[in-house]
Amino acid sequence: MSGDATSASATPLDASGGGGSARDIGRRLLITLGPIVVSLVLAGCVLLVLGINPLAYYGYVVDRGLLSPLGLQQTLTRMAPLLFLAAGLIVAFRAGMWNLGGDGQFLLGAVTAAASAPLLVQVLPGWLTLVAAFVIATVVAMIWSLIPALLRAYQGVNEIITTLMMSFLGVSLANVLVKLVFLDPATTVPQTRTLPVEDRLPRLFETTVTSGLLFGLVTIIAVHLMMTRTAFGLKLRVVGANPRAAVHAGLNVPLLTVTVFALSAGLIGMGGAVDIVGIQGNVRADWNPAYGLAVIPVVFLARMNGFAAIGFVFLLSVLSIGGESAARRLGVPQNFTMVLVSIVLITLAVAEYLDHRFNQARRA
Amino acid sequence: MPGMQTTTKPPEMRQAIVTLDGVTKRFPGIIANDRVDLVIRAGEVHVLLGENGAGKSTLIGMLSGLQQPDEGRILIDGKAMPIRSPSHALSLGIGTVFQHNMLVPSLTVAENLALGGKWWQKPRLGELAARVDEIARPLGININLDAVVSDLSLGEQQQVEIVRALLRNSRLLILDEATSMLTPQGIAELGALMRRLVERGLAVVFITHKLGEAAEFGDRVSVLKLGRKVGEIGPDRLRSLEHDELVDEIVSKMFGRNAGDGAISIPDRPANDEALLAVRDLRVLPGKDTSGLEAISFMVGRGEILGVAGIDGNGQKQLAEALAGQRRTDGGSVTLAGRSLDGLDVGKRRELGLRYLTDDRLGEGTVGTFPVSINYFLKQIGEPPFWRSGIEHSREINTHARDLTRQFDVRTPSLSTPVGRLSGGNIQKVLIARELAEGARAVIFNKPTYGLDLANTQATRQRIRDVAGQGLAVLLISTDLEELLSMCHRIAVMSQGRLVGTIANGAGAGERVGRLMIGLAA
Repeated sequence: MSGDATSASATPLDASGGGGSARDIGRRLLITLGPIVVSLVLAGCVLLVLGINPLAYYGYVVDRGLLSPLGLQQTLTRMAPLLFLAAGLIVAFRAGMWNLGGDGQFLLGAVTAAASAPLLVQVLPGWLTLVAAFVIATVVAMIWSLIPALLRAYQGVNEIITTLMMSFLGVSLANVLVKLVFLDPATTVPQTRTLPVEDRLPRLFETTVTSGLLFGLVTIIAVHLMMTRTAFGLKLRVVGANPRAAVHAGLNVPLLTVTVFALSAGLIGMGGAVDIVGIQGNVRADWNPAYGLAVIPVVFLARMNGFAAIGFVFLLSVLSIGGESAARRLGVPQNFTMVLVSIVLITLAVAEYLDHRFNQARRA
Repeated sequence: MPGMQTTTKPPEMRQAIVTLDGVTKRFPGIIANDRVDLVIRAGEVHVLLGENGAGKSTLIGMLSGLQQPDEGRILIDGKAMPIRSPSHALSLGIGTVFQHNMLVPSLTVAENLALGGKWWQKPRLGELAARVDEIARPLGININLDAVVSDLSLGEQQQVEIVRALLRNSRLLILDEATSMLTPQGIAELGALMRRLVERGLAVVFITHKLGEAAEFGDRVSVLKLGRKVGEIGPDRLRSLEHDELVDEIVSKMFGRNAGDGAISIPDRPANDEALLAVRDLRVLPGKDTSGLEAISFMVGRGEILGVAGIDGNGQKQLAEALAGQRRTDGGSVTLAGRSLDGLDVGKRRELGLRYLTDDRLGEGTVGTFPVSINYFLKQIGEPPFWRSGIEHSREINTHARDLTRQFDVRTPSLSTPVGRLSGGNIQKVLIARELAEGARAVIFNKPTYGLDLANTQATRQRIRDVAGQGLAVLLISTDLEELLSMCHRIAVMSQGRLVGTIANGAGAGERVGRLMIGLAA
């Protein structure tokens, strides 16, 4: 009887394991794209309630974010910092560490880059200034993640809470720094010194798209390959998928934890630097684009896959650039972009759940 | 002794409240209950006796509606009736007092008892007090409804839980390991309370792994072992036996041979049988909820299988983890083939040839969502030839994984199948393949056949014998005494973090080890 049980349990696996990979991909597409369509309809209903024609809104967003040349260039430029953020979050999430402190790390990176670059450029060659700004932003963001990292690694303190708290502090600290320490004495509005346009990251070809986009693309692909193809990435994924197995296999989990936080925050800090030395040129007081929170759902939608994340970051950029224009033209609040993204995330979770139930029912 | 029988009906005529008919429950990789038949009758204290992992908790889970059987039926009052949920179980009259306290410590007794009422109604505390009084007084329970639960002793809290079950008109009361946190006085009181409950026509299922309690409180004793029911002693027989005879009979049922158990076959020791693994005065301080180790010393020679017997939870896992380098030690030394392992981490110890096969196959042994191929090399991440300069070489990994799959007869649809989808026996083969990879000199097997079916159990045992036959030192931790007797050269017995004795395997060894295990002198 026992022998039968073994072969019986192996046979159905054999049957289901073989064929059907094309159908599998089809199903994946369906449970990814289906919810997005459903979300567009649901968000459309919200717009209807606001008295706005959803088709007009969507048309306007697509036109301004994607189809008009200027809009497309803005969209691609917006992608640069977002890709760094996504890369940072992928490292953390794949290792099972929920670094939700992206905004604080991003802003501190941005502020220190904005404070140092205009000063450094007076004594250093342009390219070295940019490198130095990147390094400074990276290190500052890493330092900001150190407390949550150490608490998680050695005391088991939940990093969701600590990173969020540190993020509030980081955002406030960044503001204080802009208003009190890094203030540009030449202007009346509180902001940092401005990096001259000619000293910023070069633009691509004849467009206004920053070359930071390329750095972002290279970074997120490198992170993806690191997580999937290297021993280090595998170690991080073991820690994320089963921490007890990591201990059993002899991995140094505390050290890996601190490393993950440093990498994640460092990448996010780089995102701050690229936004400053590539796009903004300075930081105004009370500036907080809250990219960190916007990118989190995107990374989930991409299932922490770097390539998929590029696609979803592009989508988010289209939505946010188009949404910003639509906000001005149609009077839809700019936050509606986030409403749309959240609806997508919720419907996606529901789809996942239904798919799971359906699979279980089929197996039973 | 169950001498105060007042029910006039002969025992086998008493009304069956719940009947289990061939109930089987499987978990990923484990058969927790294997075709268990059980009749629970009104007016009886029915003791379920078995070690941890014997399947008691799963059985209770199914009776209380937390889990559904995979096969077999549950009959209530003779009618087949799936128990869909805990609240359904309550409405069928099955009340459960779980091993771990289920009261809210910051609320008063009355508030705790009122929980679970209709949410739109204000709890009628006056009515409640009257009902509690009506139930508790005849049972001799004294309950202060206004006391905050956290101020009560564990015994008092348990009484509250029993009253709570009775408030729901339970006809069957399940007490899961109810004595584990009670004082001897509290245990005696609980025994008397159970007696009064069955006198009033209730059925009580009393789960324990303590033999003495079974003999003292039970009207009927069913013995579970490795998920199967291996024996039942009815009321007549229970009453006719002297206490010592009864204990002997239960011991033989708990630890005795089953039909189908593998034949005894102890591998020959090689000519060169010098000590390989030596442990001296190993010490681990007890943790918050783990037992410690105290003055553990032993030696395992080349080709020797040293068994470690003991009731589960007496420090066996801590011992294995301390040896493997997974757990910090607080004293003592470990040497392998003359080299000290003290202060070395898991990876170094593995490199030197010390291997640890964990008992928690899915919890820590594998990453269930990762493919079979990667799980073979989980302890070698970053090492050549599978990784070179940190880059994964899939072809190398897959070639070796394919060899191991063939060599260890792992039945998997493909190398990329998530290991968690395999059966327990096949996951175990993956682990064995991993631990026996080249360079192994001493292997710690922790409950290697736990939850496996018979064929895989036999295959695993043979594999262990082969390992010893090749001259490796084997430390075999098992709660299955029969397994130890069938293959070990010597058997050490662990109790409360200490080795309480080591017995050479041979005639009469089973009895002696069994007595040491339950705290009697050998």
